[in-house]
Amino acid sequence: MTVARTPEVLAHQFDDLEQQHDAANLGMWAFLATEILFFGGMFLGYAVYRSLYPEAFTQASNHMDILLGMINTVVLIASSLTVVLAVHAAQQDRRRALVGLLTLTILLGLVFLGIKSTEYLHKFNENLVPGVDFAYTGQNARHAALFFSFYFAMTGMHALHMIIGIAIFAWLIVAARRGRYTAIYNTPVEIAGLYWHFVDIIWIFLFPLFYLLGRHL
Amino acid sequence: MSNYLNVNYGVKSWLLTRDHKRIALLYLGAVTLFFFIGGAAAVIFRIELLTPQGDLVQAETYNKLFTMHGIIMIFLFLIPAIPAVLGNFLVPMMLGARDLAFPRLNLASWYVFVTGGLFLLGAMIAGGVDTGWTFYTPYSTVYSNSYVIATALGAFIVGFSSIMTGLNFVVTIHTMRAPGQTWFRLPLFIWSHYATSVIILLGTPVLAITIVLLALERLLGLGIFNPALGGDPILFQHLFWFYSHPAVYIMILPAMGVISELITTFSRKRIFSYQFVAFSSIAIAVLGFFVWGHHMFVSGQSVYAGMVFSFLSMFVAIPSAIKVFNWTATLYKGSVSWQTPLLYALGFIGLFTIGGLTGLFLATLAVDVHVHDTYFVVAHFHYIMVGGTIMGYLGGLHFWWPKISGRLYPEGWAKFAALVIFVGFNLTFFPQFLLGYLGMPRRYYAYPEEFQVLNVMSTAGASILGVGYIIPMVYFIWSMRYGPPASANPFGASGLEWQTASPPPTENFAATPVVTCEVYTYPSEHDRGANP
Repeated sequence: MTVARTPEVLAHQFDDLEQQHDAANLGMWAFLATEILFFGGMFLGYAVYRSLYPEAFTQASNHMDILLGMINTVVLIASSLTVVLAVHAAQQDRRRALVGLLTLTILLGLVFLGIKSTEYLHKFNENLVPGVDFAYTGQNARHAALFFSFYFAMTGMHALHMIIGIAIFAWLIVAARRGRYTAIYNTPVEIAGLYWHFVDIIWIFLFPLFYLLGRHL
Repeated sequence: MSNYLNVNYGVKSWLLTRDHKRIALLYLGAVTLFFFIGGAAAVIFRIELLTPQGDLVQAETYNKLFTMHGIIMIFLFLIPAIPAVLGNFLVPMMLGARDLAFPRLNLASWYVFVTGGLFLLGAMIAGGVDTGWTFYTPYSTVYSNSYVIATALGAFIVGFSSIMTGLNFVVTIHTMRAPGQTWFRLPLFIWSHYATSVIILLGTPVLAITIVLLALERLLGLGIFNPALGGDPILFQHLFWFYSHPAVYIMILPAMGVISELITTFSRKRIFSYQFVAFSSIAIAVLGFFVWGHHMFVSGQSVYAGMVFSFLSMFVAIPSAIKVFNWTATLYKGSVSWQTPLLYALGFIGLFTIGGLTGLFLATLAVDVHVHDTYFVVAHFHYIMVGGTIMGYLGGLHFWWPKISGRLYPEGWAKFAALVIFVGFNLTFFPQFLLGYLGMPRRYYAYPEEFQVLNVMSTAGASILGVGYIIPMVYFIWSMRYGPPASANPFGASGLEWQTASPPPTENFAATPVVTCEVYTYPSEHDRGANP
C-alpha cells in the first residue's frame, strides 16, 4: 500500500528516495547554520554590552520573572519530546499518534507564547519597554535600557520563530491526516522537527542569559 | 527538437517554471535591468564631476545618486550576477543532474529577489537614501531624513534570495553529483560556487540581523548602536563588515571559477595544479571571514586589532596569487586560441592583479591612513568588482551563450566590444588611483580645480565603458534570432554541460552521464609534442 505511493512523493530531479531524503536533511542543516549566524549577531551584541556594563545588566535581570521563565523552559523541553515522539510515530506508520503528538506540540508552543505575552505585558506595565515606554528607576538606566532592548529583540525574534514553527506543524497535521507521511516517506516531519529543536536550543541559551546569570548579586 | 526554450510558450510557462535554466534566464533579465539602472546613476554623477563646481545636481542629490549606484550594483547586480545566472544554469548541468535539489525554492528566490529589488527602487523613487550603501550609524538611525528603513528592508529581502540560491548549490553539490564524479573530478567552476555558497550561508544572516537592529533603532528608538542611549556605532560597523567584506568574495569567487574554465578551454590544456586552484577558493572563503576590520582602521578600533586585521588581510593575497599564477602557468605552452571569452579572461587577470595589489597598499595600516576614503579606495574596489567580476561575468556569458541560447554570437563584434570595455574601464578608473593618491576624497560633488583633468579623463572613460556594455546586449539579443545555430560543443570544451544539445532539453541529459576520469581532459603537452 505504502510502496504504491512512492513514485508520487519522489521529485523528478532525484534518483531515489534516499537521495531526496539526504538533500532535504542537508538543506535543513544548512538553513539552521544560517539561523545560528542570524541569532549570533544578537548574542555577540549582548556579550559585548554585558562585558562592558556587567552591573547594569545584573540589576536589570532582577526584573525578570524567574518562575514564568522556568515554567516556559519546561514547557518548551516537553514540546521537543512530543516532536521526537511524533517523528518516531511517523516512521512507524502510526498516523493517529502522529497527528495527536503534533497537535500536542502546537498546544505546548501556544502555552509558551501565552506565558511570554504575559511577561511582555508585565514589562509594559512596569514601563520597561525601551523606545516605547521606558522609565527605569534603578541606577545606570541607559545601560539597563540596552539589556531590555536585547531582551525584547532576542526573545521577540525567538517567539517569531516559534510562530513559524507552529504554522509548519499545522500544515503537517493537515497533510498527515490525509496519510501523506508513511514509514517510507516522512522527511518533512523529520526536518520540521530539526527546526523545532533548534528553536528550543535558542531558548536554552536565552533563559540563563536573561533570567539567571549573576542574579541577585 | 524539443529543448528547454521551446518546450512550451507563454508568460505563465516562464513565471511558474521550476527549470533551473529558465530561472537563470529570468535572473539574467532582472540583473541586466538593474545593471543599467545602477549605471544610469553613475552616468549622472560622472557628468556632474566633469567640472570642479557642483552645477548639475545639488550635494544632497549627489549623495543619493552614489548611494543608489552602490546599493543597486552591489545587492542587485554584482552579488547575484554570476551565481544566479551562470551558476543557476550550469551547476546542475556540470554535475550531470536534472535540476537543482530544490527547484521550487529556486523559483521562490527569484520572486524574493525581484520583490527586494522593487523595494529598493521604490525607496529611491519615493525620495532616495543618502547614507551610502554602508548605512553607517548613527547617521542612518538618527540624522538622515531619507528612506533608510525601506532601503534597508530591500537589502534584507534580497539577502534571503541569495541565501536560497547558496543553500540550493551546497545541497546540490553534496548530494546530486553524477555517478563517478568525485570531488576532485568537479569543474573548478563548481568549487568556486561551493565556496561562494558557504560565504553566503554564513555571512548573509549577520547582515540580516544587523539590518533588523538598525530598523528597530530607527523605528522604535532602541539604542544598540546609538551612543546617546549607551550603544556603540562601532558595533554596527563590525557586524556590517562581517558580512560585507566576505560579500566581496561572494562577488569575485564565482568570476574566478569562470576564468578557470575559460583559461583551460582556450589554451587547450588541463589546468595547472587543479587541487591548488580548488583549495584556494576554499581558503579565500575561510580567510575572507577574518579580515573585516581593515575597513575600520580609522574608525576608532584598537591599534592591536588593526595590526592583526592588517596581517590577515595580507594573507588573503596568497590564495588569490595562487590562482593568478596557475592561470598563467596553464596558458604557458598551451595552444591558445584568441576567442572572445579568452580576451575577457586575460582582461580579468590584468585588472584583478592591479586591483589585488592595490588592496595590499590599503591593507597596510600607515598607507591606509593616508588614502582612506579617497578615490584610491574607489579605484581599488572597482578594479576588483568591475574589472574582476564583470569581466568574469561577460566572459562566462559569451562562453556559455551558445549553450544557453543555441546560437553563436558575432565573433568580430564581440572582440571589438571586449576591447572597448577594457580600454573604457582603464580610462575610467586608473585616473582615480592618481586622484586618490593626490588626496581627492570620495563622496563629494565638488572638488578643487587641480583635479579637473583627471576627472575629465575618468568621465570620458565612463562614456566609452557605457558604449562597451551596450554593444554585447545588442548582439546577444540579435543572435537569439539571427545568430547561426550552435553545435553541442562549439568551443571543443570538456565538462558535462557540453555533452548535451545546445540548447539543452528540459531535464538536461537524455541519460544520466557517468564520469570516469578527471574533468579537464585536454591532451597533455607531451602528447601534442608527439603528434603535432
